[in-house]
Amino acid sequence: MTAMVKAEAVHKRFGRLEVLKGITLEVDRGEVMCILGPSGSGKSTFLRCINHLDKINAGRLYVDGELVGYRERGAKLHELPEREVARKRAQVGMVFQHFHLFPHMTALENVTLAPVQVSKVSRDEARKRGTELLGRVGLADKLNTYPVALSGGQQQRVAIARALAMRPKLMLFDEPTSALDPELVGEVLEAMRQLAREGMTMIVVTHEMGFAREVADKAVFMDDGVVVEAGQPEDVLGSPKHERTRTFLSKVL
Amino acid sequence: MDTSELTKEKRTERPEEIKAVPVRHPGRWIAAAIVLLFAAAAVRSIVTSQGFQWHVVGHYLFDSRILHGVLATVYLTALCQGIGIVLGVVAAVMRLSPNPIVSGASWLYIWFFRGTPLLVQILFWYNIAALFPTISLGIPFGPTFVHAHANSIVTPLVTAMLGLGLNEGAYMSEIVRAGIISVDEGQTLAAQSLGMSRLQIMRRIVLPQAMRVIIPPTGNETISMLKNTSLLIVASYGELLFSAQSIYDVNYKVIPLLIVASIWYLVMTSVLYVGQYFVERRFGRGFTRAERATMRSRWLTFGAGSMAR
Repeated sequence: MTAMVKAEAVHKRFGRLEVLKGITLEVDRGEVMCILGPSGSGKSTFLRCINHLDKINAGRLYVDGELVGYRERGAKLHELPEREVARKRAQVGMVFQHFHLFPHMTALENVTLAPVQVSKVSRDEARKRGTELLGRVGLADKLNTYPVALSGGQQQRVAIARALAMRPKLMLFDEPTSALDPELVGEVLEAMRQLAREGMTMIVVTHEMGFAREVADKAVFMDDGVVVEAGQPEDVLGSPKHERTRTFLSKVL
Repeated sequence: MDTSELTKEKRTERPEEIKAVPVRHPGRWIAAAIVLLFAAAAVRSIVTSQGFQWHVVGHYLFDSRILHGVLATVYLTALCQGIGIVLGVVAAVMRLSPNPIVSGASWLYIWFFRGTPLLVQILFWYNIAALFPTISLGIPFGPTFVHAHANSIVTPLVTAMLGLGLNEGAYMSEIVRAGIISVDEGQTLAAQSLGMSRLQIMRRIVLPQAMRVIIPPTGNETISMLKNTSLLIVASYGELLFSAQSIYDVNYKVIPLLIVASIWYLVMTSVLYVGQYFVERRFGRGFTRAERATMRSRWLTFGAGSMAR
């Protein structure tokens, strides 16, 4: 069976600045991978590349066995038309550090928008599923609340429900708890933990070491655009082999 | 006395409510008196001066020709502002297009129509027959479908639509563009990650949020439009000022009829103010802003210092 995400020597450049300098890794189905590393190490950029929100400059990136953003014909890569890219993005859920909820819509409208607009699910069906999803993240009483009236933790849980509404096969989390007050982190991590238990494939960029140890099947330490160390969370976090990992962990813990 | 007992006692007993003597503001009263004095003088001269001829104003205020002009002005404002908004959205989206030809075309349109006086544009459209005696509709360099004389197509109404609508579109496009740019990029990112298309994102996510920024200046534009319809007097379109003029051309009561027109313009712009308030409230959903001081609360605190004794 093919891996859910497979990166082969992925390079990404912004102008002259090379942000990813050859990332190679694999995430299997149902697996949770946590990516750790100092800011500016390219973690978020890598996540965005998986969703083709950023185009890679070299290497190959596959999601569910299919090349991201391109089609390979013979030896040549052809860019995928916008519609195709959008169709693929719809199958990958993404949660952002700053939530990015749609402020002009209620929690339920946030969750039902894409199913109705993109997947062409009926409005009733979408509302039913949206209500259920918001209930699952503990927000059954906030269906008709606008994001501005929700706490950060609640907003992030709506964002998770919004991504799940598209029935993604893969979920990407970009520092989902970094913008939250400490006492609100737990509720978001709990929603993610539950998702992991249900067998969702997840890539989580995070600084939450406890979460990484407990939930992750694989931990990856990135620095300066390369994977420094990868493996079992207890190895990478508990007894890192590389100096750079050790230095970073000593600062975070 | 034991110190712990002392703090305990202090904590349980609620201190007396503060009733301080407010700061006095004699300057406010002096300023108000000066303003009122000037206002009284102005009102006196308006009421007593013979030149205003208030009985003539009263006579013509509800004249059927004037009311007809009012209706025509309302109709023209709605029509041309509507054209302006549609053109503005199209031009703004074009301007933000990654295609340089498309964005360049939009830039050129804005440059031309913002850069020439509206009155010149209206005169130009009115006299378009001199430039293009016949107008045909078809595919460029290909077959034509409709063919007609310019004079029969470019009626005063069409002149109005072209002149005011195209000019307004150029201004509106800059307003819409500012609104689009004001929306956080994360919104587009989140929508993209959900698989929404560029058009869906624009329509469902970006434009509704841009509206909050777009509406106040659009209200301004609509008020300008309402007043600018008076320029169509040069194209013999029967709007409010034209109606007033056609009456004073006969009876020479110029000032009273200009006052009649002004009263109606004020009435119409006041109605627009109210409309804008409700539209702003509709698109402000999901954004609570600090409540602005209302007129009422300002009255209540005015001069409180010297009155509250």
